[in-house]
Amino acid sequence: MSMPLLRRLALSTVLAAGLMSGGANAAGTLTYDLKPTRIAPDTYVFEGSTKHFTRANGGNILNSGFIVTADGVIVIQTGPSRRYGEEMRAAIRKVTEKPIRKVFVSNLHPDYWLGNQAFADVPVAALPGTIAGIQEEGNGIAENMYRLVGDWMRGTEVTLPTEPVYGSTVKFGDHRLRLIPLSGHTAADLMILDESTGVLFSGGVVFCDRTPTTPHATVADWLKELDAVDALDLRLLVPNHGHIRPDKACVAQTRDWLTWLDGTLRDAVSSGLDMAEALELPIPERFQVLDVLREEYRRSVAHLWPKIEQASLPRVN
Amino acid sequence: MRYALRHMGLTGAMLVAAVPAFAASSPSDPLKSVMWDILRDQYFAGAPVVFDAAVKVTAPAAAEDTRAVPLSVDATALGQVVEMVAIADLNPFPLVLRYHPGTAAPYIATRIKIQQATAVRGAARTADGVWHVSGVLVDAAGGGCSAPPASYAQKDWADHVGEVQARLWPAGEDGVARLRLRIRHPNDTGLVDGIPAYFVETLQVDAQTPGGSPTLARIDSLEPVSENPVYSLDIRPPPDATALILRGRDNQGGEIHATIPMPPPGAKPAMSLKPAGQPWSVGQ
Repeated sequence: MSMPLLRRLALSTVLAAGLMSGGANAAGTLTYDLKPTRIAPDTYVFEGSTKHFTRANGGNILNSGFIVTADGVIVIQTGPSRRYGEEMRAAIRKVTEKPIRKVFVSNLHPDYWLGNQAFADVPVAALPGTIAGIQEEGNGIAENMYRLVGDWMRGTEVTLPTEPVYGSTVKFGDHRLRLIPLSGHTAADLMILDESTGVLFSGGVVFCDRTPTTPHATVADWLKELDAVDALDLRLLVPNHGHIRPDKACVAQTRDWLTWLDGTLRDAVSSGLDMAEALELPIPERFQVLDVLREEYRRSVAHLWPKIEQASLPRVN
Repeated sequence: MRYALRHMGLTGAMLVAAVPAFAASSPSDPLKSVMWDILRDQYFAGAPVVFDAAVKVTAPAAAEDTRAVPLSVDATALGQVVEMVAIADLNPFPLVLRYHPGTAAPYIATRIKIQQATAVRGAARTADGVWHVSGVLVDAAGGGCSAPPASYAQKDWADHVGEVQARLWPAGEDGVARLRLRIRHPNDTGLVDGIPAYFVETLQVDAQTPGGSPTLARIDSLEPVSENPVYSLDIRPPPDATALILRGRDNQGGEIHATIPMPPPGAKPAMSLKPAGQPWSVGQ
């Protein structure tokens, strides 16, 4: 009796998956159409959407970048898929004939490193905590991306960064890059400050007009990361998600959001609200400038609520 | 699992054979779940079923953590309710819990595991025997039911099974008092190789009063409730209650017992987000 039922369950899953992937296939050749924007001397960014991963954007929700140095090209983040990495490399090739010298990956989230396959012939550097995180969670992260964006992921396989890096200043040609290891947004966040141009690639530490994501976050530590950004001398801040700005306005914006989020959830837990009810809490008007606001807020409830609740409820036996 | 499925299949088959006329006239499922016909016959056993937005089911449209998806079922708009159920259609074990609200308000919130994207339902049976059903679709990466509990990564997990954290807020103007419970328990489904099913089966909230200990509410819970189960209930403790008593049992005979103190003087009632307006189901 159990087998027909199991078969039926399996069949329904297959049918659903088939229907969902049909749209993407029918759309013809998928392309991210990556176009570099020059933001500073030798420095380019591929600006992505501020939305969530969708089948429309193929996971292109990040600002990846590259720096053309006399010593070769430095690539920062490889995007959400093999296809993105390959298109990125082809687009870089149109800007410079110089070889890729090194790739930096800022954290373990999918859009930072799933394009690594396209850079398999060069060193891909990341913090040891990021490499360990990808080792542990990479397969699950990749599987979830296949589910979210479908055919854009074709051929994408988990490819680990090959070179652990630590806090240091490294020189490529006439560009001095300060590698800044932090933790808070994830357990290992790498920021890259080009001291020659004053451009900071902040990775996931700063979001700009895009709601911050918290799946691996420790809010108290993240706030300290923002203090560290405030202490830096910089001319242009490139967040991985959101707008590029010549000031630190989005450091304050990220801090404002995290402070409100953490405080609101703590108040709600101690006021007796349930987690399901907290999904519907009103969000102040000033945060309406953050894209995908309600969706990311709800994700954050899932990430942060259980721990706050566990810490706040008294033992009674 | 094998037992559960066999049991489900048999029951479903018998009911389909016994009440074909009813099945034919039953309203079609607004969520268009492939499992609905089977689940309706199994869990509502020939009783009249209506889809009713007065039952408010809240769950996120996408499950961020498939091992702990928040779910609340609020049937307070129906008035008196005898029994409530929560169901996740495409789970290997669809039935999440049965709630007997007793004197409590017909509201229950918890967190559940889901194995894949699925319809998630809440249903409330009114005194006339009619089941009022509502629900939302929850998208998911999958695997919540077949993931090993994180508990087992801690060497001393067994020393902590049955520990209870709880808090009772004072009754508000609507006369109901929010109770939140968290119980340390692996609540394992038995779907992971070599780990037998091990989950909390019953939880009962009694009031401790000078005249006895009346039962206020009872939960019969099953595999899909998340590890370290958490519940929010809206109960009505009698005015002379000196404490609440929580009693429970897991499927391996383990006892759960805790005394929950009344709120301290001056404590404020729980915050309420209950809308003044229309009933609604939320799945955004």
